[in-house]
Amino acid sequence: MSVPQIAKKEQGFRVTLEKRGTTPYLIHFLVPVSSVVAALLVGAIFLKATGHSPLEIYAMMFNGAFGSMYGISETIVKAIPLMLTGLGVSIAFRMLLWNIGAEGQLYMGAFAASWVALFAPDMPGYIMLPLMFIAGFLGGALWGLLPAIPRAFLGVNETITTLMLNYVAILWVDYLVYGPWKDPKGFNFPLTAPFRDSASLPTFGNSRVHLGLLFALAAVVIVYVLLKHTRWGYEIRIIGESQNAARYAGMNIGKNILLVMLLSGGLAGLAGMAEVSGITHRLQHGISSGYGYTAIIIAWLSKLNPWAIIIVSFLFGGLLVGGFSIQTSGLPSATVFMLQGLILFFVLGGEILTRYRIKLQRGRK
Amino acid sequence: MADSTLVSMRGITKTFPGVLANSDVNFEAKKGEIHALLGENGAGKSTLMNILTGLYRPDEGEIWIKGEKVVFRSPKEAIAAGIGMVHQHFRLVQPFTVAENLILGSPRPGRILNMKQVEKEITSISKKFGLEVDPRAKIWQLSVGEQQRVEIIKMLYRGADILILDEPTAVLTPQEVKELFKTLRMMADEGRAVIIITHKLHEVMAVADRVTVLRGGKYIGTVNKKETTKQELTKMMVGREIELSSNQDDYNPGEDVLILENINALNDKGYPALKNVNLTVKEGEILGIAGVAGNGQRELAEVVTGLREIQSGTLKINSKQYCNCSPLEIIDAGVAHIPEDRLGMGLVPSLGAVENIMLKEYRKKEMNKGLFLNHKLLKKKTGELIEEFGVKTASIDSPVKLMSGGNLQRLLIAREISCQPKFIVASYPVRGLDVGAIEAVHRILLEQRKAGAAILLISEDLEEIFALADRIAVLYEGEVMGVIRTSETTVEEIGLMMAGSREGEKVS
Repeated sequence: MSVPQIAKKEQGFRVTLEKRGTTPYLIHFLVPVSSVVAALLVGAIFLKATGHSPLEIYAMMFNGAFGSMYGISETIVKAIPLMLTGLGVSIAFRMLLWNIGAEGQLYMGAFAASWVALFAPDMPGYIMLPLMFIAGFLGGALWGLLPAIPRAFLGVNETITTLMLNYVAILWVDYLVYGPWKDPKGFNFPLTAPFRDSASLPTFGNSRVHLGLLFALAAVVIVYVLLKHTRWGYEIRIIGESQNAARYAGMNIGKNILLVMLLSGGLAGLAGMAEVSGITHRLQHGISSGYGYTAIIIAWLSKLNPWAIIIVSFLFGGLLVGGFSIQTSGLPSATVFMLQGLILFFVLGGEILTRYRIKLQRGRK
Repeated sequence: MADSTLVSMRGITKTFPGVLANSDVNFEAKKGEIHALLGENGAGKSTLMNILTGLYRPDEGEIWIKGEKVVFRSPKEAIAAGIGMVHQHFRLVQPFTVAENLILGSPRPGRILNMKQVEKEITSISKKFGLEVDPRAKIWQLSVGEQQRVEIIKMLYRGADILILDEPTAVLTPQEVKELFKTLRMMADEGRAVIIITHKLHEVMAVADRVTVLRGGKYIGTVNKKETTKQELTKMMVGREIELSSNQDDYNPGEDVLILENINALNDKGYPALKNVNLTVKEGEILGIAGVAGNGQRELAEVVTGLREIQSGTLKINSKQYCNCSPLEIIDAGVAHIPEDRLGMGLVPSLGAVENIMLKEYRKKEMNKGLFLNHKLLKKKTGELIEEFGVKTASIDSPVKLMSGGNLQRLLIAREISCQPKFIVASYPVRGLDVGAIEAVHRILLEQRKAGAAILLISEDLEEIFALADRIAVLYEGEVMGVIRTSETTVEEIGLMMAGSREGEKVS
């Protein structure tokens, strides 16, 4: 579409954004990739400014995360909760429900699973683990349902409520591990007594990679099949695309908000269960290093595609592990969170390029 | 150019992706006149005024203000040129006082605020024009009518001498409308140009000096009110001289399928949109709903499909009550709906043909294999329907938003008809379509009528209504003005009813 200019006296260019009719597939791939590259470049400026060699640091991170079997196994360990929370968040985002509460849902899942492990410790593993699994899922699901109810019936903005409930969940777990559930033999550390072996998820070989990996991969397949091949998944997609069309087709939007938030929270809850049962073997202060927030970046980078979530989670797991390995060079591991923030910033900013194209116009400024 | 011309817009063209909103439109407003900009919803009135107020830039055309050619780069420049607009949705800060709202964005008060001075000025403006309002009142405490007064005072305070009001009476009571018209006249008499955007004919006749009519983004003409009639304006708004080609030779209606009794419903803004509507549609007949768009047609379609709440009255389909049922229950009762907004409601733009065809039938057992959707069957069905209804598409997986309007409508109708409906609601089914597609849609509707379906056809095109409908009901400001057999009426009679007179009444 050409835009004729009325006056052409002045010189120079005008930059305008023009809506794309359709977005080429390549753009959907190129934009997030170049966003990540741009984030790393900006990150390099910071590293340089603090007197480090960006290349060296990035190489060190890469080696730490992917350079050895140990590194890779640790990266997978981190990828497990990221995958589960990322999937949970993505299915809510599908319906334009901005669930920022995966962190809290993870904590509540960890809490519920720990409760089973601590207060019914005598069960054999084959009963204990499924029960913890169910408890973890339910803990997260109910925590997700809580903000869904006012959203479905009163239209209360879920972005804020899910976010606020994170603090409640984190402080609730803190209350338990500093107070009534504190391990009397724990030298006053904020943690519960260790679980019995029956409450620990089996691991692969002598790595820390635990059965949670299978939960996460199975969840990916289930979410994919659900969205693509079932009536409910179809409803979720339609509601996400066009609420008007969904209402017109007789879909119950309120009911779907409740169900989707249950599933979304449940998946995050499973991540919490997997953490306590597979990694820490007890409930403790700070069981999640912000997995629920990183999940938002992962969901966005993956374009809500379940398969892409596997890959992106693995890369972000690597980023976390790489972050630990650069601490020896005197950089704080918080550098990693800065990089994550930059990546999200660029990905969200780059989003506009998938919907608009930049156009230079000769003529007036 | 005469000195009294304040605004002159010449050859304005504005396109949005896929839409020609204004095409070579001319508009002129003089000092001291009230000029009505008349047209149906979507005729391009608001686009034209948004161009005048600097919100949009025209693709082509010139704007002259007070004899000087201007190019507005922002609304600020338009305000500086003396143009003020009262939008349909007021732009006021609720927790602020009237005076605080007035100085917001205005350079006039300077760096140090003298609120007393501002308040004094407000009082003098409101006294002069009969715009009574307390400058210290907070906006949220004011009624809608009072808020509108604040908006008008705001324009005057900024020194605007070209005043635009977008549908100013939509939110007012009849008494407030009278007051408003008095104020508008006073402002015009002081040498300002007052432009009102409207689609209501009686308002035009009551207050305007001149009328410019737009239709489908095109300039139809400008007439003096004294030299025109409601009928002529209706014709200008709705379309060309109408040829009648009624084909009601085999009218054998059956049982009542849809019965509406004393239906009342509100519009999105919460004002009454349907008032005591009584209608029936029988098996094997098409009931045409005529009327200028925006007189309750959309609300009527939504009420009978369960998308809008009924305040009072009863809705029966096949003699079963369906008051405030969910849309799903009404779909299950055999109601098909061809909505006004094809891409916004009837179809999901970013999904493919298959996923759009299954929109209403995906729940049915035969479309599923146990827990899972039967993609194979759905694909086969879509292929058959596309073939049968002649939908042209690159592939059944490509997003439907890439299709042309005619193909979109064919796809939508294919889906709705394939459910073998007993009752069909068709809102503006041929709007924006080319001749071939129009013919196809009309043929399908007549076939459905023959097959015994009851059809409610909402259209702004009288020609279409006369060609298809067995009976015609006219909606005017949410009321049914009358229901007549098509063979026993004339375009003139329907035109009068569209302008607000009841069946059998003469218009002054």
